[in-house]
Amino acid sequence: MFWSSVLLALRAIRRNLLRSFLTILGIVIGVGAVITMVTLGNGATQAVSEQIASLGSNLVIIRPGKRLGPGRDEAGSPNFKAADADAIVAQISALNAVAPVASKSVTVVYTAKNWSTTITGSTDAYFTTGNWRLAAGRLFTDAEQRAGKAVCVIGATVRKELFGEQMPVGDQLRIKNFACEVIGLLQSKGQSTMGMDQDDTIVMPLRTLQRRLTGTQDVNTLMVSVQDGANTDRIMADLRLLMRERRKIAANEDDNFSILDTRQIADAMTGTTKVLTMLLGAVAAVSLLVGGIGIMNIMLVSVTERTREIGIRLAIGALEREVLLQFLIEAVALAALGGIVGITLATLASMALAALMQVPYVFDPSINLLSFLFSAAIGVIFGYFPARRAAQLDPIEALRHE
Amino acid sequence: MNTVTADPVADDVPLIEFCDVTKTYGQGEAAFQALRGVDLRIDVGDFVAVMGPSGSGKSTAMNILGCLDSPSSGAYRFRGVHVERLSRNQRALLRRHYLGFVFQGFNLLARTSALENVELPLLYRGEARAVRHAKAREALAAVGLDRWEKHTPAELSGGQQQRVAIARAIVTHPTLLLADEPTGNLDSQRSHEIMELLVDLNRKRGITVLMVTHEPDMAQYAQRVVHFVDGRVATDRRNEERH
Repeated sequence: MFWSSVLLALRAIRRNLLRSFLTILGIVIGVGAVITMVTLGNGATQAVSEQIASLGSNLVIIRPGKRLGPGRDEAGSPNFKAADADAIVAQISALNAVAPVASKSVTVVYTAKNWSTTITGSTDAYFTTGNWRLAAGRLFTDAEQRAGKAVCVIGATVRKELFGEQMPVGDQLRIKNFACEVIGLLQSKGQSTMGMDQDDTIVMPLRTLQRRLTGTQDVNTLMVSVQDGANTDRIMADLRLLMRERRKIAANEDDNFSILDTRQIADAMTGTTKVLTMLLGAVAAVSLLVGGIGIMNIMLVSVTERTREIGIRLAIGALEREVLLQFLIEAVALAALGGIVGITLATLASMALAALMQVPYVFDPSINLLSFLFSAAIGVIFGYFPARRAAQLDPIEALRHE
Repeated sequence: MNTVTADPVADDVPLIEFCDVTKTYGQGEAAFQALRGVDLRIDVGDFVAVMGPSGSGKSTAMNILGCLDSPSSGAYRFRGVHVERLSRNQRALLRRHYLGFVFQGFNLLARTSALENVELPLLYRGEARAVRHAKAREALAAVGLDRWEKHTPAELSGGQQQRVAIARAIVTHPTLLLADEPTGNLDSQRSHEIMELLVDLNRKRGITVLMVTHEPDMAQYAQRVVHFVDGRVATDRRNEERH
């Protein structure tokens, strides 16, 4: 009985292809939207994680202010000094490198071209903490760092904008009122998810930046690279004690700086994209529900339109439950078909959009399966009412129906 | 449900037996008595034409005979089974196993091939695909449409559509064929062809035929003519000779 009902339902769908297609359109769009949103969201989350991994593994960042992110409280939080970095190197073990970092946005000029970028002042340690590799040239010498010589290492974007394909090492950039020799070129790291171009950077010795551009001794950030296998939590605790001591914070006062490792930053950032993914998925799920109501609508119209057909079936000897099953299977088959078409379209759309948005395409089997089962369930729920109405028709009335 | 399809039935039991059957629609003031005590007995192999003006109760009687409806009072025994005691589903099974229906408006499924239309009752009987096709082709051949199995109703003439409908009705080898004005939508020549087909089925296959008609010409094909007037059987006579 079940298989004959399946056959009857499939025949009914085939008999009315256009209407069947219009019926499933809502489900197709709903399933497609849910899967596309969630897939792109997952891709974005992964891109953020990869991005943060490229900052360097085992990286600990110390910044003034109580917390990172919006609402950051910097009042009464003095900046660091280069001596803080030296103290960390001297007192805490199991570290790869400690880089004091200060930065400034400036416009740099080369021949007739100019380019606005951010200049980072730091030490050689910065290249270790930031996982940077040289593509050409060299890093700073100790003498250059001590004397605050006008030398710099530039990122791939700065090179492209100012030098094009020309080799920049050995040339001179004009930064404000001084000339600065390019001694090195960094390997490209690529775009970050937040729309920041990591390669849009110029690095010069900290002292050069402080003397010639900022005019202060301030350091905005301390970047600490921890050795592999070292206990990051213990090191972070040690760093906190050391910084409290150096900043003379009384025992009853809160920290006026924050210490974060990359894992925490990654959690914070991916947390945001995950919430966004869920929100987008939820909005798309509403459209899936609307698609289900569409199926009920069409099935009800279909029952009215096919009243006479139902009458024929009943007269021929179809049982109530056979008619019910046929219409229910029709609804479920339509919904499932919509689900399959939706999954196909969503796969194509997410691949295309992922490429467009430069996030990785991550196939998520669970959301595909979930959407498919959800659409089939919608078929059962919204198909039952019309099917029951069909099954309970009086054959005499139904046969008389025009 | 075994009681419905139980075999065999003793020879002397009539196929159809109406005992003082009444049917009332509505209640109280608005009540309308469509049948006012009908007694009728039809034996296996008979060909009966049911006539009468509209409102005479012949359609109501046909619905009850076809197990689509139940009498309000009285007894209807089909092959000895009390139909008035059966549930809706049990009556559906009776129709499935013993009855074939032919309607004035053909009532074929649109956009569905003649073969699929004819095999529809077999689907509800759960027959295998090969059996369904063989039986449906055989039924189509019996009505002279063996070359038209792929055609949909829209591609067939009225007479051909009614033949497909008859093929659908006989594909299950029913005991009783109920035809409700089968020639009502056809011209005279097609009407006579359909009637000859029905007579043929009655004679060669022994199918009992019960046919409602307005046309005395068509009633001439029957062995017996029952006239309904005002919810009662007015006359019940046998035709002297058949065409």
